[in-house]
Amino acid sequence: MSYLEFLKLASPEAIVVLTALSVLAIGLASARTSAFCSFFAALGLGIAIGAVFLLPQNATLFAGMLVISPLASLFKIICISLAFFTVLLARNDGASRNHGEYLAMLLLATIGLMLLVGSEELLMIFIGLELTGLSLYVMTAFDKSDVRSAEAGLKYFLFGSTASAFTLFGISFIYGMSGATGLAAIGQKLTPGPLQPLLAVGIVMTLIGFAFKIAAAPFHLWAPDAYQGAPVPSAAFIASGSKVASFVVLGKIVFIGFAPVKGSADWHAMVAGWSPVLAALAALSILVGNLVALAQTNVRRLLAYSAVAHAGYTLLGIVAGGRDGFSATLFYTTVYAMTLVGAFGVVGLVRRQTGGDDFSNFSGLWTRSPLLAGCMAVFMLSLAGIPPLAGFFGKFYLFSAALRASGNHGLLWLVALALFGSLISLYYYLIVLKVIFVDETATDTLAVKADLLSRTSLTLLALLVLFLGITPQILAARIIASLP
Amino acid sequence: MLAWTIYITFAGAVLLLFIPRAFSRWLALLITIAGFAISLIALFQTPITDLAHFATIVSVPWVSALGMNYHLAVDGISLTMALVTGIVAVSTVLFSWDVEHRQNEFFFWLLLVVAGSYGVFLSADLFLLFFFYELVIVPKYFLIAIFGSTNKEYGAMKLTLYSFFGGALVFIGILAAYVTAGSLDLNHLAQFQFAPQLQLWAFPVLFLGFAVLAGTWPLHTWAPTGHVAAPTAGSMLLAGIVMKLGSYGGLRVAMNLFPQGFQMWSKWIAVLAVIGILYAAAVALRQSDLKFVIGYSSVSHMGFVLLGLATANALGVSGAVLQMFSHGVIAALLFAVAGRMLYRRTHTRDLDALSGINLGRALPFAAFTFVIASAASMGIPGLSGFAAEITILIGAWKAFPIAVWITGIGMVLVAAFTLRALKKSFFGDGTSSVRVQEGRVLVDSDWKEQPDISAAEKWGAGLLMFATLAVGLYPKLLLDRIQPAVEAMRFLK
Repeated sequence: MSYLEFLKLASPEAIVVLTALSVLAIGLASARTSAFCSFFAALGLGIAIGAVFLLPQNATLFAGMLVISPLASLFKIICISLAFFTVLLARNDGASRNHGEYLAMLLLATIGLMLLVGSEELLMIFIGLELTGLSLYVMTAFDKSDVRSAEAGLKYFLFGSTASAFTLFGISFIYGMSGATGLAAIGQKLTPGPLQPLLAVGIVMTLIGFAFKIAAAPFHLWAPDAYQGAPVPSAAFIASGSKVASFVVLGKIVFIGFAPVKGSADWHAMVAGWSPVLAALAALSILVGNLVALAQTNVRRLLAYSAVAHAGYTLLGIVAGGRDGFSATLFYTTVYAMTLVGAFGVVGLVRRQTGGDDFSNFSGLWTRSPLLAGCMAVFMLSLAGIPPLAGFFGKFYLFSAALRASGNHGLLWLVALALFGSLISLYYYLIVLKVIFVDETATDTLAVKADLLSRTSLTLLALLVLFLGITPQILAARIIASLP
Repeated sequence: MLAWTIYITFAGAVLLLFIPRAFSRWLALLITIAGFAISLIALFQTPITDLAHFATIVSVPWVSALGMNYHLAVDGISLTMALVTGIVAVSTVLFSWDVEHRQNEFFFWLLLVVAGSYGVFLSADLFLLFFFYELVIVPKYFLIAIFGSTNKEYGAMKLTLYSFFGGALVFIGILAAYVTAGSLDLNHLAQFQFAPQLQLWAFPVLFLGFAVLAGTWPLHTWAPTGHVAAPTAGSMLLAGIVMKLGSYGGLRVAMNLFPQGFQMWSKWIAVLAVIGILYAAAVALRQSDLKFVIGYSSVSHMGFVLLGLATANALGVSGAVLQMFSHGVIAALLFAVAGRMLYRRTHTRDLDALSGINLGRALPFAAFTFVIASAASMGIPGLSGFAAEITILIGAWKAFPIAVWITGIGMVLVAAFTLRALKKSFFGDGTSSVRVQEGRVLVDSDWKEQPDISAAEKWGAGLLMFATLAVGLYPKLLLDRIQPAVEAMRFLK
C-alpha cells in the first residue's frame, strides 16, 4: 500500500493533527488570538467530520491497527462533535490564558479518541489510551491560578498512570496466553471453557484500566476531584468524549477479543469470565455513585458521582452482551455524553458569573436566566431518565437488553439494582432543580448573561436531547446498523 | 380524532412558554376546553359497538428495531377516562384563574400533566403507555414545590419519589412482559399466553407499581401529604386524574396481561382494598385539616375502585371504572371548595377554627357546592358516587360477600367524616364572630370584605356538579360503554 493511500484512510486523524499544530502555532504567535484559535479549531473539527464521511465503508490496515468500519466512522463523528462542542464551551472560559495550547491539547486528546475508536489491536489501543490520558492530565491541571486544578491534575495523573500500568501488564499476559495482539486473533486463540488463572489475571488487569477510564467504582476516586477542580471544558471532555470512546473500545475488546471467555453474570448461575467482573463493577458503581451523590452540595461533584452511577448503568449493556446489549450501551453513552457537555456548559456559565458552582450559586437561576435554567432542567431530567428526554429511552433500551440477554431473567438482579439507583438519583437531580426553580435568589447575585453562541449551542444540545428522546430511532437505528 | 387531545394539549403547553403572561390562562382554558370537547364529541359520535374492543386510532412505527409503535387506541374504558380528564382539566384551569405568580409556568406544568394523562389513557403500546406515565411525574413535582403551600417541598418530593418507585416496579413488570412475549403491543400481549410462573411474580410487581399511584393502602401515604402541600389545582389534578392513572394501569396492563396472576392474587387485592377503605375513613374522622380529610377520603374512595377491580366480574370492574370517573369529579370538586373557595378567603383549613365562623351564611355558593360534593362522596342516590359504589358492591357480593359487609362499615365511616367536615366547615355554631389568622386577611364579621365567589369558580364548580349529577341520574351513559369493553378483557373468561 502506498503512503498516499494510507493518508487517505487516516485523513480525519491527519486533519485533526494539522489543526492541533496550527492552533498551537497561532497561539504562540500572538497572545490575543484566542477567538481566532477557537474558530480555527472548530473549523478543523468540522472538516475532519467531513473527511470521515468520505472514508470507504470498510478497510483494515496493518492487521487491525487501523480499522475503518461503520461503527468506527460513526463514533469518530460523535467524538469529533463532542470535541467541537467542548471547543465552543472553552471559547470564553476565563481560566485558560494560553488558549492556543489548551485547544491543541484538546485536539490531541481527540486524536487519541479517534485512534481508540478506530483500532482493533491492543497496542494501538494502548497508544490511544495514553495519548488521550496524557492530554487530559494536562488539560485538567491547566488552570494555573487555581490550586484545585493542580490537585485534580496530579490526582488524575497518579491514578491514571497506575491504571495504565495495570492495563499494559494485563495486555502482556493476554499476549502471552494468545500470542497475538490483534483482537480478532486473540478471539480465535482463546478457548471457551474453564478460565486459566493467568488469563483471568490478564483480563481483570486489562479491565481495571478501563474501569478507571469510565470512572466505575472502586476506581472512581479521581473523578470527583477532576470534575470539580479541572477547568470546566476539560471536565466536560473527560466526562463525555473520553467516556464514549472508552465504552466503544471496551466493548470491542470484550466482544471480539475476549468473546470465548464471557462467562455469565446470571443470578445463581455465575460462570467465571469477564461478564461477572463487569457486573460486579456495575453493581458497585450504581450503589456507590448514587449513594455518595446524595450528600453533595456542589453541582460538579454531584455530576461526578452521578457519572460513576451512569458508568454502572452503561456497563449493563456490555454485561448483557450481544448486538442488542452493545448497541444499547453505545446509545446510552452517546446520549449521556451530550447531556453532560450541556450540563457542564451551564455550569461553566454560572461559574464564570457567580464565581462558583455550589448549589448556592445556582439558587434562583430561573429568575436570572430562564434559558439556562430550562436547559439545565432538560439535562438533569434526561440523566434521571424522565420522558420525553433521551435518557428515558436509553434506560429502557439498556434494561430491556439486559433482561433479554439472559435466559430466565438471569440479570434481573442487576436491572432491579439499577432501577433502585435511578430512584435515588431522581432525588438528587430534583434537588438541583429545586435549587434552580424553587429557591429564591440571594439578593446580591447578578443576572447570568450568556452570549449568543453559548446560548445557541446549549439550546441546540437541549433540543437534541429532547429530540432523541422523542425519535430515538434516528440514532439507535444507525448504531444498530453499524454493528456487525 | 381523540388523539388530538394529546397533541393540542402538548402544543398548548409548549406555546405557553412563549406567549405573553396576559394570555396564558386564556390559552390554557382554550386548550383544556378543546380537549374536553373532543372527548365529549367522541363519546357521542363513536358507535357503542366500536367501543367494545380496544380499537386503533393511530398506529405508526416508532422505534422499529425494538418493536415500538406509536399506537393509540380507544374503548369504552379509555373514553370514560379521557372524558373525566377533560372535565377535571377544564375546571382545574377555572379554579386557577387567579394564579398570579409565574403564571405561564404554572399552566405549562398543568397542561403537561393533563397531556400525559390523556396519553396514558389512550396508549395501546406498552412503551408508549409507560412513556406518558413517567412523563406525568415531574410536572407534579414542580406544580407542588413551586406553587404549593403547607410543607410543600417535602410533600412534593415524597409524592415524586413514591410515583417513581411505583414506576420502577411497573418498569420491571413491563420488561418481563416485553422480553417474554417479544412485543409491546397491548392488544397482542393481551392474547399472549404467559407462563403461570411468570404471572405469579410479574402480576403483583406490576399491579403494586400501579397501585402506588392509585393510593392503595399501605402505599398511600404520599396522597394526603401531597394533596395538602399542593396548590388547589394540583390537588384537583392529583385526586381527579393522576390517581386514576394508577388504577387504569392496573386494569389495562396488569390484569389484562396476566389474568392467571390476577386470579391468584385477587383476594389479596380485595383485602388491601377493604383495609384501605376502613383505615382511610377512620383516619379522616380524626383529622383537623380539611384538606387532610379530603385527602384521606380520596384514599378511601380509591379503595372502592380496587375492590371493584378485585371482584373480577364484569359488574364489579365496570363499577370500578365508573368509580374512577365519579371520584375524579367529586374529589376535584371537594378540593376546589376546600382549597380555593374556602382557604383563599379564610386562610385556614383548620376545622375547629372554621366551625367558629359559620361560613355557610357568608359563602352560600361554596356551601351549596360542598353539600353536593359531600352528598356525592357519601353515596347519596342521584349522584355519581352512588351509581358507582352500588355497582361495585353488587359485583363484590358475588365474589367476596364478607368484604361487602365490612365495606358497609366503611361507608358509615365515610358518611360520618364527611358530615363532620361539612358541619364544621360550613355550618358551625358561629359562636365567635371574628377570627384573625396570624395577621392574614381579616375574617370579617359582616363578610363585606370577602371577595365574592368569582364567575370562573362558579363555572368550574357548575361543570363538576353537572357531571356528577348527570352520571348519577343516568349512569347508563357511561356504563353502556364501559361494560362491553370490560367484558372483552381476558381475565373475565
